Amino acid sequence: MSTTTSSLTRSDWAARLLKPQYFIYYMFMLVLAGFALFLNDTGFFSLANFMNIVRQTAPITIMAVGLSFALAVGHIDLSIGSVVALSAIVGAILLQYVGVPLAIAGALLSGVLVGLINGFLIERLKVSSLLITLGTMGIITGISRQVSGLESIPIIDPLFRSLLGNGDLLGVPVLLWWTLSFALIGYLVMNKLVFGRHLLAVGGNPEAARAMGLRTENIRIKALVMCSLCAAIAGLLYAGRMAGARYTLGEADLLTVIAAVAIGGTSLFGGRVSIIGAVIGSWLMGLINNGLILSGFSTDEQMITRGLILITAVAIGAREAKNA
Amino acid sequence: MLRNELSQTILEVKEITKRFGGVEALRGVSFKVNKGEVVGLLGDNGAGKSTLVRCISGIHPPDEGEILIAGKAVKLDSPMDARKAGIETVFQDLAIIPEFDVVQNLYLNREILSTNPVLRWLGWLDAKAMAKRSQKSLNRLSSRIPSLSEKIVNLSGGQRQAVAIARAVSWGAEIVIMDEPTAALGVEQSAQVNELIKLISSQGVAVLLISHNMQHIMETCDRAVVLYQGRSSADVAIRDVDKNALVSLITGASGSLLAESA
Repeated sequence: MSTTTSSLTRSDWAARLLKPQYFIYYMFMLVLAGFALFLNDTGFFSLANFMNIVRQTAPITIMAVGLSFALAVGHIDLSIGSVVALSAIVGAILLQYVGVPLAIAGALLSGVLVGLINGFLIERLKVSSLLITLGTMGIITGISRQVSGLESIPIIDPLFRSLLGNGDLLGVPVLLWWTLSFALIGYLVMNKLVFGRHLLAVGGNPEAARAMGLRTENIRIKALVMCSLCAAIAGLLYAGRMAGARYTLGEADLLTVIAAVAIGGTSLFGGRVSIIGAVIGSWLMGLINNGLILSGFSTDEQMITRGLILITAVAIGAREAKNA
Repeated sequence: MLRNELSQTILEVKEITKRFGGVEALRGVSFKVNKGEVVGLLGDNGAGKSTLVRCISGIHPPDEGEILIAGKAVKLDSPMDARKAGIETVFQDLAIIPEFDVVQNLYLNREILSTNPVLRWLGWLDAKAMAKRSQKSLNRLSSRIPSLSEKIVNLSGGQRQAVAIARAVSWGAEIVIMDEPTAALGVEQSAQVNELIKLISSQGVAVLLISHNMQHIMETCDRAVVLYQGRSSADVAIRDVDKNALVSLITGASGSLLAESA
């Protein structure tokens, strides 16, 4: 903690507008305008395409909200991509035996379980979340591959597919409803509820949080459960939209989600979270993906772009941390 | 500075010992602090000051001995226990969340929740009520914190110290322990903190002050308790000693001087 720097009256409006937390909005507008200009004959700039982007991005957005919880307490969760596949496969298999509510409950439970295991291992072994979740990621991916026999498990239940996939409510795709609901929940928890306040306290200064009587271990475990639960929901949304589950679901999402959250202004080292930033960040990632596809770029190039975005976001965050 | 409640003992420490493995950090420490009194806790590095503070603030319960608050023996097994007993500690690292604003820090883990039962069940914060009450407690301390919605990272060292002290006092603490409150501060900001210490002691709060700064001790304290090799070796009224005498007590050069200053 530096006590020497004190910039109390940073009233210069230019400096205000250039604040890193606004970076995501400028970036979003810039990318949108850029693609709109370059792709003006492809239908990029149309409501139908934007709806399409939002629907495709729904699982990413919800994972980004979830990861924000883990990052709030200073953890990272690399296992979210593997939980997506696990939850989808658990849900799809259960659907063959039970109804939709129980299948969903079972899938969500698998997510909660992974979060609890991650949390307990990190707190008990006092090892970094990076390593523990890297390990659980491997384990879960292996389990998903084995359980599914590397086959897709089809989902034919129409209720499941419309509730979590291609349905509409009041003329708006359910996936947009899901996205907005979780964004709202995440925002309220982080900004209005005592639970979010405690998450951020633990991430901001764990010793201080403990000295003030917070049960830091419990809070961190809860954060990881929330993160994993969101990944499980993302898995169900994938399964609903794709009408089936496959062990590859969510495989490539980890990079996208971390990039989305980082570019949205959330600190990757704990204590500062922007849920709105994470949502906009995930839409930005979707927008870029969509624009690149329409421009004729390959998946490889999309991946390179995501990597570049992550590094850019982290570089901005690191500069800000030094200036603080 | 006039004190009229000196007779009333608020904190009494009796023969406290604390071992870490084979090392005896405290080997029998006893002293008293009266209401509204500022007592300096002195000692060389390794004399046991930090351990003693940790015992009184509930972080490390002592192995033997008693802690009495207003004459009643208390068991302090956690920082929460100490807080409930009326002891607040302002730690050297301040125990504040840099990314939080002043109000959020003042109310950390003691948040005021909404009065609406449904929202209350959800844990909905009543930000307005907290801001209002923070303003009140800070006014009482006439401190120089620019704005309650200012993040701690944007505050100076002295202002951070003021926030930490305000937090301690605003919770109705009767005993405030301060661990090197001016160690990282410049001259002017140290003076502000001293002012604050005098102010809260004039309001009846007992202050236990740990400091290496003799000048600071001479200026703010009524009495000094000296630890030497895990024991309380001296208990003197500040008006009876000078800086050099204190230094020789700390280094053990002038032996034991245990005067009851009741």
